[in-house]
Amino acid sequence: MAAVLNPQVMVVGAGPAGMSAALAAADCGVKVLLVDFFSQPGGQLVKQTHKFFGSRGQYAGVRGIEIARILGEKVRSHPHIEMLLDTQVLGYYPDGVLTMERSVDGDSEYLKARPRRLVVCAGASEKPLAFPGNDLPGVYGAGAVQTLMNVHGVMPGRRAVMVGAGNIGLIISYQLRQAGVEVAAVVEAAPVIGGYAVHASKIRRLGIPILTSHSVKEAHGERELEAVTVWRVDERWQGIPGTERRFEADVLCLAVGLSPLAELLWQAGCRMAYVPELGGHVPWHDEHQQTSVPGIFVAGDAAGVEEASSAMVAGRIAGLAAAASLGACPRYRELAGEARAQLEALRAGPPGEKIRRGLTRLEEVGRRVRAG
Amino acid sequence: MFGPDDASAAGVAAAGRGDTVAGTVAPAGAASGQLRRTGLPAVEDLARVIPPQEVRRRGPVAVFECFERIPCDPCYWSCKRGAVKPFGDINDLPEVDWERCNGCGLCVAACPGLAIFVVHEGYTDTTSLIKLPYEFLPLPEVGQVVGALDREGTRVGEARVVRVQKPREKVGTPVVWIEVERDLAHVVRNIAVAGGERGE
Ligand code: SF4
Ligand code: SF4
Repeated sequence: MAAVLNPQVMVVGAGPAGMSAALAAADCGVKVLLVDFFSQPGGQLVKQTHKFFGSRGQYAGVRGIEIARILGEKVRSHPHIEMLLDTQVLGYYPDGVLTMERSVDGDSEYLKARPRRLVVCAGASEKPLAFPGNDLPGVYGAGAVQTLMNVHGVMPGRRAVMVGAGNIGLIISYQLRQAGVEVAAVVEAAPVIGGYAVHASKIRRLGIPILTSHSVKEAHGERELEAVTVWRVDERWQGIPGTERRFEADVLCLAVGLSPLAELLWQAGCRMAYVPELGGHVPWHDEHQQTSVPGIFVAGDAAGVEEASSAMVAGRIAGLAAAASLGACPRYRELAGEARAQLEALRAGPPGEKIRRGLTRLEEVGRRVRAG
Repeated sequence: MFGPDDASAAGVAAAGRGDTVAGTVAPAGAASGQLRRTGLPAVEDLARVIPPQEVRRRGPVAVFECFERIPCDPCYWSCKRGAVKPFGDINDLPEVDWERCNGCGLCVAACPGLAIFVVHEGYTDTTSLIKLPYEFLPLPEVGQVVGALDREGTRVGEARVVRVQKPREKVGTPVVWIEVERDLAHVVRNIAVAGGERGE
């Protein structure tokens, strides 16, 4: 029978939010168990070869892979952090026990933990898109393409069509070109580009067209993807017959959004709310990143899909708050206050508008939580 | 096109800036609808960031093609000459003090948006110099003639590579100095290097 680990704080997910949470809590002197299913820490950062925005505190101008390395080294060398890699958290039980499966040399072992505080930084998963042919080999989530190229060094194909002109779609289009893959077009159903204009301009300079108010009509191919038909869409996002354009392509990349990975929080009975601006169902949380279940904190995309710079700051707040709730962070008010000011600054501009709207909606849920 | 004696053609005068306003770029409002729809800056976007003629001809100067309020400020921290004004709010648009900027290009390599270019209009009697960020392999060689591409990636002429600044660390952004036909100073924003394209 597996022994039960008893960390003071357990952090699920070693991405930007989780590593920041673990470091913040461990710096307060509490023992932290950091768990991730992948073989190296970093989460999405390990495939992000572009330079980050944000400010100096959040490694602006530094590439994601470098941030993963820097934070990964800090985590590994921290005396209060124990890291379990290749370990998938399976479930949360009513007695506060989490079960995990860890793969070791092709075999797996089961582990249990009963942490005093839990910080969930599980990230997000890619949203699918329905169209005829979306099950053909060659149709990928954009994140999968990025993993193939930037983690495993595998070219996904020769010619790609990208769906979605948010930052992820724009950045991965650029990286496809860096990998030597032609990008026939980026299509975006909305009438305007969702990602930063600087990213859009960057791929336009490479000769890649961005077709706004366009969506995929159909993917073609016998055994694998051979071509993609796109068409113009009206304000209700309905395809307009007669506007079809066909692109030869062996890769179709879907970058149409992310949904928070919040299963553990559902299991733990956290109050959830459906907030489209934050990517779907998200756990209600307060300014300490604490959910409706005392002792369970959340940060990063699992709390609402946002940029990695904000995830790092929110993770720090969650880690500090978890430590403070154990009486281990005497300077909590000051440190969390500074972090909250950074978070507000990051969300203050036009790109943060959607997040701000989402958080306001979450607040309304919060008022109901407190009232009921 | 944009000649040394005809500033109007690049849309500088067209948007009412002309050569009369020296000093700094005013922090203007939102990015144009064209930029939001297509990723291509409109004439009015560029008019806000292209320096007046006397500055452009004096020597190399940074042109910040960053038109949208986003949470980002590495350009400020990278400039050793204090030519990028301090950001009150991290979402502010960058403001360059053209009197302080010497076109060194440190900010070009630092900008995560690859949005900064250094331009020296009238580098010689017939050419202009452009320093641009370039993150593809192979890097061009000094003296090599490469394709000169505009903001849509369309080939508009040729460019001669003057210098290739490799970053100190492997993960930095290389900056390529190119010499183009004088009129193309505010048109060329990318290069096509023979032998393909792979990420730096
Ligand atoms: S080119 Fe050099 S001096 Fe000019 S703004 Fe950039 S870093 Fe500063
Ligand atoms: S670093 Fe680049 S993208 Fe960021 S604010 Fe400065 S010019 Fe804009």
